[in-house]
Amino acid sequence: MIRFVVPVALVVAWATATATGWVKSYQLASPRDVVRELSDLAASGVLWHDLGASITRVAAGFAIALIAALVLGAYVGGSRRGEALLDPTLQAIRAVPSLAWVPLILLWLGIGEVAKITLVAIGAFFPIYVALVSGIRGVDRKLIEVGRSFGLSRFALVARVLVPATFPQLLVGARIGLTQAWLFLVAAELLAASSGLGFLLTDGQQTSRTDEILVAIVLFAVCGKLSESAMRSAERRLVGWADTVTP
Amino acid sequence: MNPAARVRGLTKAFGDHLVFDRFDLDVARGERVAILGASGCGKSTLLRCIAGLEHADDGTIATQGDVGVVFQEPRLFPWLTVEKNVAFGARTNEERARVPGLLGLVGLGHAGALLPKALSGGMAQRAALARALVRDPDVLLLDEPFAALDALRRIELRAALNEILTFARASAILVTHDVDDALAIADRVIVLAGSPAEIAFTGTIGGDATREAILAALGVPAEMERGKRRIQHERG
Repeated sequence: MIRFVVPVALVVAWATATATGWVKSYQLASPRDVVRELSDLAASGVLWHDLGASITRVAAGFAIALIAALVLGAYVGGSRRGEALLDPTLQAIRAVPSLAWVPLILLWLGIGEVAKITLVAIGAFFPIYVALVSGIRGVDRKLIEVGRSFGLSRFALVARVLVPATFPQLLVGARIGLTQAWLFLVAAELLAASSGLGFLLTDGQQTSRTDEILVAIVLFAVCGKLSESAMRSAERRLVGWADTVTP
Repeated sequence: MNPAARVRGLTKAFGDHLVFDRFDLDVARGERVAILGASGCGKSTLLRCIAGLEHADDGTIATQGDVGVVFQEPRLFPWLTVEKNVAFGARTNEERARVPGLLGLVGLGHAGALLPKALSGGMAQRAALARALVRDPDVLLLDEPFAALDALRRIELRAALNEILTFARASAILVTHDVDDALAIADRVIVLAGSPAEIAFTGTIGGDATREAILAALGVPAEMERGKRRIQHERG
């Protein structure tokens, strides 16, 4: 029960502040206004349209990041040559704050869906890539020896020892990557969008509708929390064997 | 008939350190050989070369039939249940069908569905032993398999191993630094010493490989060992 104390207190304080007129409605909408705005948006279909647009972008960007990270991470983590060839470059790119790519991406790809999905993919890629490479490097050499003692082929060693041993790290990376994907989605939609939750934010700002802004913020929180919970439950189900607590 | 394991002219160096220089060893079928020696004498390296885990610089190593390896640590795959760990090396349905019997043999008949993290050290090592037996190996290679166990588990696992080796009619090469391990399990004892390593002593248990002879070959004065044992006794 104790976990609900702070949220409930915050909502009560918020309602009191707006109801007494201590905070003006153009500065902060009341909880009642936010709920009304949410149901209006839902009834008119705008909510589902924007929510759908955002979720589609996150899903597409995350899927691309996951595939790219699996391919590049496996190559860099699995071979000395791959590491020498790609890792320094990827580490250098990673050192750039990812939002710094925004102007370039907008120039190259315009302001369409491709640009937004690309930005989401860049954000999600690095946590997954880094986790996979360090996961592969961290696999217990002694377990690989057990596989070799049974004369397993290189392919069988990868499939039966390396992949399962790397899985916990990969899932942690994917969870962080998904959080990053939402972060980059906001950035992309704030800059240039005519739909999506980020568009609700800018639209609310331009029309001084704090209720609309707050609806978007609440929806971001819900989406982020839901996707994080989904990833955590996947971790529990798939790598519950691990003898450690994942962060 | 070919021997279970034949090592001819094994030469192996780590950097400048020559561990073996044209080393020979034969292990007959069904024979159980214990290899003793001080830490770093090369006994583990020899076993790893025979297991194919270490690449020999020169020489030939031949083993008869399937080889099973048991390591110092259990090395169970943490994502597989005990049962699936034991079945890991199985290639045929016939070998897979051996798993329940092997679990029973090592006293883990009730633990097949557990994950390794739920096992005690002794249970885990017994599961590792069962895993090494799944192909019904002709040769079992054991690298200090009791080292991580406490005294009681050690005695238990020695007894289990003896039973299993008799049951499986397998040859065994046991690397250990413990004379009691050797006396409990082996038919023949080899003591390695020197650099590069050579056979400093070889003898059969029940024949010339007495505790005193083995200790003398290891360079441990018998009185010291007796003294140590007495101290352990008093402490225990």
